[in-house]
Amino acid sequence: MKTLILACGALAREVLALFELNNWQHMELQCLPADYHLRPEKIPDAIEAAVIKARAKYDQIFVAYADCGTGGLLAERCKALGVEMIAGPHCYSFFEGNDDFAARGEITSFYLTDFLARQFDAFVWKPMGLEKHPELLDMYFGNYEKLVYLAQTDDEALTEAAKTAAEKLGLRFERRFTGYGDLNSSLNALI
Amino acid sequence: MSDEEEDLILDELEDEELVLQMHDDLYDGMADEIDEAVQILLKRGWMPYDVLTAALVEGMRIVGVDFRDGILFVPEVLLAAGAMKRGMGILKPLLVETGAPQLGKMVIGTVKGDIHDIGKNLVAMMMEGAGFEVIDLGINNPVEDYIDALKRENADILGMSALLTTTMPYMKIVIDTMVEEGIRDNYIVLVGGAPLNEEFGKAIGSDAYCRDAAVTVDTAKEFMARKHNQL
Repeated sequence: MKTLILACGALAREVLALFELNNWQHMELQCLPADYHLRPEKIPDAIEAAVIKARAKYDQIFVAYADCGTGGLLAERCKALGVEMIAGPHCYSFFEGNDDFAARGEITSFYLTDFLARQFDAFVWKPMGLEKHPELLDMYFGNYEKLVYLAQTDDEALTEAAKTAAEKLGLRFERRFTGYGDLNSSLNALI
Repeated sequence: MSDEEEDLILDELEDEELVLQMHDDLYDGMADEIDEAVQILLKRGWMPYDVLTAALVEGMRIVGVDFRDGILFVPEVLLAAGAMKRGMGILKPLLVETGAPQLGKMVIGTVKGDIHDIGKNLVAMMMEGAGFEVIDLGINNPVEDYIDALKRENADILGMSALLTTTMPYMKIVIDTMVEEGIRDNYIVLVGGAPLNEEFGKAIGSDAYCRDAAVTVDTAKEFMARKHNQL
């Protein structure tokens, strides 16, 4: 049984880590550009194109995306294509576990994952124009209270990077270890 | 910016050139220059409403078109909006004194659970610029806040905004409550936000999904014209 995991580029390390951890040799990973995180309207078409292209070569294709800002359009597209995807609104939620994330009901927290802690400047600071225009900070983050670093791994350097990000954004810092959460259980369910 | 541009003295420009320069300055998010140019036009005897429409609203319209076409991105739009806000800050009290056409009244806010107000703020500003009175409820609004404000303010339009897939279904709760109370048809309901689309807008029973601030203004004008025609 040959399975393709079609994932967001922001999940590449985590999916590969799970392959190794579980010795899933029948699974292969293909990633879409991580910057679709910032342009979710591009995700459904890109997934469809990738599924159609890969379909003949695999017994099973799994889409390692949650809704990710597509407003239900990705779920509709996956259903039409006959492929499964991860449940939940976004990776922050499925890393923490969708039920736990929803139960917290946090609305004034800004989240980083390992990927975003590592790539904070490239995926948050610069695309938001904050490097050149720090005066925009309040417009973007004025309603947030804290930055929550949802850690997939225990990595001191990433924790420090996330702390620095919180300072730059003027937000309180909290680290929450999640591991791989529902990403792990979703991939495990494919076995 | 080139040295030549730095030497530009706004007060030496003819009115028409100055207005075009204001469009450029808005596009580049130059709030100080917009502030200065607004003062110059007022000193030359322009009516506040004319400064607002010819210079600021038209300038933001150009920004909106280039945003829609993918030429400008959110940071540039925010800088332009910041510049327009400075200009509006000067004009607003004067508009109250001198009078300006009132097209209608809108209650607007982000829905319960959602604190993302950038889009909502842009819409509120552009609606004000277009001649609507805007009652801004801010962020994280439960259904009763919307309904109380609509009744209290005798508003024409309800605008709801959401950025999150998890919060956008709350719009349906608001509309369903309006239906239950028998007041849904008294108001024009416009919805917007990044994860929304036209299909969602229809499914929840809104009058229209508006993809950006400029579309919201056009849609609101169109619905208000229809409403007047029905009277």
